[in-house]
Amino acid sequence: MKNRVAYFGVFVALALIFSYVETMIPFQIGIPGVKLGLANLIVVIALYKTDVKEALLLSVTRVVLSGFIFGNLASILYSLAGGLVSLAVMALLKKYADLSIIGVSVAGGVFHNIGQLVVAAIVVETYSVTGYLPVLLVAGLITGFVIGTVATEMIRRLRNIDLR
Amino acid sequence: MGLKKKDLVLMGIILCIAAVCSLVHHFTGEAGKGIVAIKVDGVTEGTYVLTEDRRIEINHGTNILEIKNGEASMIEADCPDQICVHEKAISADGESIICLPNKIVVEVESDKESELDAVMK
Repeated sequence: MKNRVAYFGVFVALALIFSYVETMIPFQIGIPGVKLGLANLIVVIALYKTDVKEALLLSVTRVVLSGFIFGNLASILYSLAGGLVSLAVMALLKKYADLSIIGVSVAGGVFHNIGQLVVAAIVVETYSVTGYLPVLLVAGLITGFVIGTVATEMIRRLRNIDLR
Repeated sequence: MGLKKKDLVLMGIILCIAAVCSLVHHFTGEAGKGIVAIKVDGVTEGTYVLTEDRRIEINHGTNILEIKNGEASMIEADCPDQICVHEKAISADGESIICLPNKIVVEVESDKESELDAVMK
């Protein structure tokens, strides 16, 4: 694929735009730390349209850039933990389990939250953050389902574009 | 494309784990009115009883915690996201309010030490 760098740039730009769009959506449902994770849509699509290496690079680039633009060092740390755990689980499930894109995305959403929770528990040195676990599990399931559904549709429409 | 059977199994398992966790948290978390412990950066700054209404300045005034009607809530914080201020008031054992930017943890603890050790989370 000769245009790999160009497509990677487009993916990073899209992921950044989604991060920005998400800050404008008033998706506050009273539970701290719960958001849609629109940027993960791009990571899911990259995982299916390219390969794990590209998706990993995209995920890290996205987190670091959006962290510098919209967040701070702490938010980079949390996003990175969530993003890496999520991507690892998604890549493994995509390869070894017979799941659809929606199922992989649901697992990704759930493990994104688990990764962040673990970092939070380490940083603030308390285990009481785990009281959020059930809430974050269900939240990850719902957001993962939404992202997975949208990703399914997008990948279906992108099938003529070969990014490998 | 669309949902496969295994997708539904996966979601079912996740929901079951969530339900079990919240049940465990619910049943072990009910220990009546206790005390709140305020920790800054992992170090306990002080403990206060929930039965006595008062306001507490944490971290030289970056956050203000209010104890009222047996519940504790963060009413002021200097951080930009204000997540801890928007959290609901806490009263049950094991509940917590966390302010990540200022590394503050406000946690309800039972007055009985042995029950705290039994909390499974």
